[in-house]
Amino acid sequence: MSFLDYAPAPESRAILSLRPSYGLFVDGEFVDGNGPAFTTISPATEEGLTEIATADDADVDRAVAAARKAYDRVWSKLSGSDRGKYLFRIARLVQERARELAVAETLNNGKPIKESRDVDIPLVAAWFFYYAGWADKLDHAGLGPDPRPLGVAGQIIPWNFPLLMLAWKIAPALASGNTVVLKPAETTPLTALLFAEILQQADLPPGVVNIVTGPGATGQALVRHPDVDKIAFTGSTAVGREIARATAGTRKRLTLELGGKAANIVFDDAPIDQAIEGVVNGIFYNQGHVCCAGSRLLVQENVHDDVVERLKQRLTTLRLGDPLDKNTDIGAVNSAEQLERIRELTAAGEEEGATRWSPPCVLPDAGFWFAPTIFTGVQTSSRIAREEIFGPVLSILTFRTPQEAIAKANNTPYGLSAGIWSDKGSRVLAVADELRAGVVWTNTFNRFDPASPFGGYKESGYGREGGKQGLSAYLAPAGGIR
Amino acid sequence: MTVDGSGARVARRAGSAGAGGALELLDGPVTDTTLRRYLEGIPGVDAVGLEQRAAGLATRSLKTSSKAMALDRVIELIDLTTLEGADTPGRVRSLVAKAITPDPSDPTCPRVAAVCVYGDLAAVAVDALGPFHAPRARAAGTSGIAVAAVATAFPSGRASLAVKLADVADAVAAGADEIDMVIDRGAFLSGRYEQVFEEIRAVKEACRRPDGEDAHLKVILEVGELVTYDNARRASWLAVLAGADFIKTSTGKVASNATLPMTLLMLEVVRDWHRLTGEQVGVKPAGGIRTSKDAIRNLVTVAETAGEEWLRPSLFRIGASSLLNDVLLQRQKARTGHYSGADYVTID
Repeated sequence: MSFLDYAPAPESRAILSLRPSYGLFVDGEFVDGNGPAFTTISPATEEGLTEIATADDADVDRAVAAARKAYDRVWSKLSGSDRGKYLFRIARLVQERARELAVAETLNNGKPIKESRDVDIPLVAAWFFYYAGWADKLDHAGLGPDPRPLGVAGQIIPWNFPLLMLAWKIAPALASGNTVVLKPAETTPLTALLFAEILQQADLPPGVVNIVTGPGATGQALVRHPDVDKIAFTGSTAVGREIARATAGTRKRLTLELGGKAANIVFDDAPIDQAIEGVVNGIFYNQGHVCCAGSRLLVQENVHDDVVERLKQRLTTLRLGDPLDKNTDIGAVNSAEQLERIRELTAAGEEEGATRWSPPCVLPDAGFWFAPTIFTGVQTSSRIAREEIFGPVLSILTFRTPQEAIAKANNTPYGLSAGIWSDKGSRVLAVADELRAGVVWTNTFNRFDPASPFGGYKESGYGREGGKQGLSAYLAPAGGIR
Repeated sequence: MTVDGSGARVARRAGSAGAGGALELLDGPVTDTTLRRYLEGIPGVDAVGLEQRAAGLATRSLKTSSKAMALDRVIELIDLTTLEGADTPGRVRSLVAKAITPDPSDPTCPRVAAVCVYGDLAAVAVDALGPFHAPRARAAGTSGIAVAAVATAFPSGRASLAVKLADVADAVAAGADEIDMVIDRGAFLSGRYEQVFEEIRAVKEACRRPDGEDAHLKVILEVGELVTYDNARRASWLAVLAGADFIKTSTGKVASNATLPMTLLMLEVVRDWHRLTGEQVGVKPAGGIRTSKDAIRNLVTVAETAGEEWLRPSLFRIGASSLLNDVLLQRQKARTGHYSGADYVTID
């Protein structure tokens, strides 16, 4: 037996007891949906987990009506400090049920338990704690005295960080006095429904948060609903465009957090071992299902070979497999559909002449899996250098000078994030200043904090989430609301 | 000429593979200037990133058969240590007995790699080991237990070179198989790299025995006094260039000893050296590793950084005194299914 053949160390599922079916969460209660129920699965095994309701237009209408009533009668009349109390309570309940939420997230999403346990769920609690603190301090949000909530917020979130994206949306909305109708992604509704139970435990007034599950059509109904004041969406650029069209010419406010094709720039004086870690974390974290993933590695040409060799060596130590195993580094791809897209784009990469490499890696038979993959010899014109793959696939390009690095990094329709690796502070600052990306990490990657705003340039969307800036997506200056 | 990751020119340890013993820096003689040019051309260390990586490795969860295997491996890699002013021949004999029979209740328990004592007690340790002493055991076809002696005015290293070399020569003559020397941190911190380098080389020479064998040389960097990761990395390279068989974190005598990020950093150096030259240099974290959990985290870091082949006594050691009993308690727990207590393991 080899030392590195770590024995299975699975996190126990016993802490999680799922009901056989879940309804929609409307007006503080779980209710049946009018649409056909569907089974939500574990992408690692394709095992069915529970039945989920589908909300049709009438269900969405009920949910929006409940949110409107709660807004008019309760939530908009509460003091900021009272709203804050509810948010603090929610944050503590998330911490208390952290292990259960982590197991549920990993089962339904396919991400490794070490990520849901150590990153996702702690950040969810942190987001609620952070915005709980803002609830009674909105006069200092930079919008003048006594800013006003917008009303009913319709929120649509993606499948890559199901509960974390919920927290990013709900925490600032509630802190600033809005009520919410939230639609989780079709493939990952589970933790949102457990969160609904937490809201019941927290005794949040009925209707303040409503959760409607279902496919894209449910989201469309929410976007089109005339009594929604604000739409917040995180997801693909294609869907974001549709939503922008649907809300154009209405009174609805809109924030969009869309795709990305981030450049991770490694200069020849970078702290090399940490840069390799950062590159790995940048693209293989959460199977690369991260909108701000560092999917384009721009490496200075004189250290290219060394970086690639070190990267390959490091990738051979990654462990792909059962997401519930505490030693798993790479989990399952979230859906068959996403797996198909990754396969198609990587095939295109090979056809375009790039060199493909993956570490030796046995993929499980059941479920949706893709081995970590790097492409060398990628050109800026390649599809795998232009299109968002949203999978564990890294495209490696080279540059010669800082100017060329900046030009290549910015040469994308997206602009969500970027990374710089260099020991030279002056260069880091000068390059960061030129990058057109909402977040620029230096000598780190994929780090999030509720105090730090996050959002994109160009086709990566508009609006900011997190920090004081995140409040302005849910507030208007006094007298500024129509 | 080879080029490493930093693009810097690389020194080759001429003779470290057997011939000579001198080192050639390919772009000039060994001086403070050439050494500085080389060492300061090595890429820096990002402290936050290094510590994050170490924290990530520390989350590895070794269960059941993996844990049992790791616990045995930890024992096989221990340098069971006593380095007190109050050490006596009796104390050393007791330590040696523990090294030979770590757990009297379990004959399958492996033996430690070495006992580590002050030089003046090396002869006592050799005598107490008797047939278990590594050279005699090897002659009989088993592996045995080595005697490691600290030397070179351990722990401060504040003595003349002549005194340090005499210290080493005494320990080697007394039968020490391994010499744990300290570098001159004062010289390193004031930029006298050549002095540090030449001292290591001179000690290496003093490790030679009349029979042609060498006492293996472990070079203690005392990272707690070098403080920064950049310094620790440069000192690691310097020691490897000068011919160290092992690089060792600490004396155990200052506030900060072996931390997981430091061990990781040193493992990265020996991994890179191996990539560059094909030579394998060992790593020894010492001081502060007291629990099985800490020790297993070290083993995981070795296997996932330098590779599993480093998990053997010739390439990895843990310098510790109280660790052994914690590992024994964990082994007993694995065997019996319940925790015993301090009275069920022997004190040494």
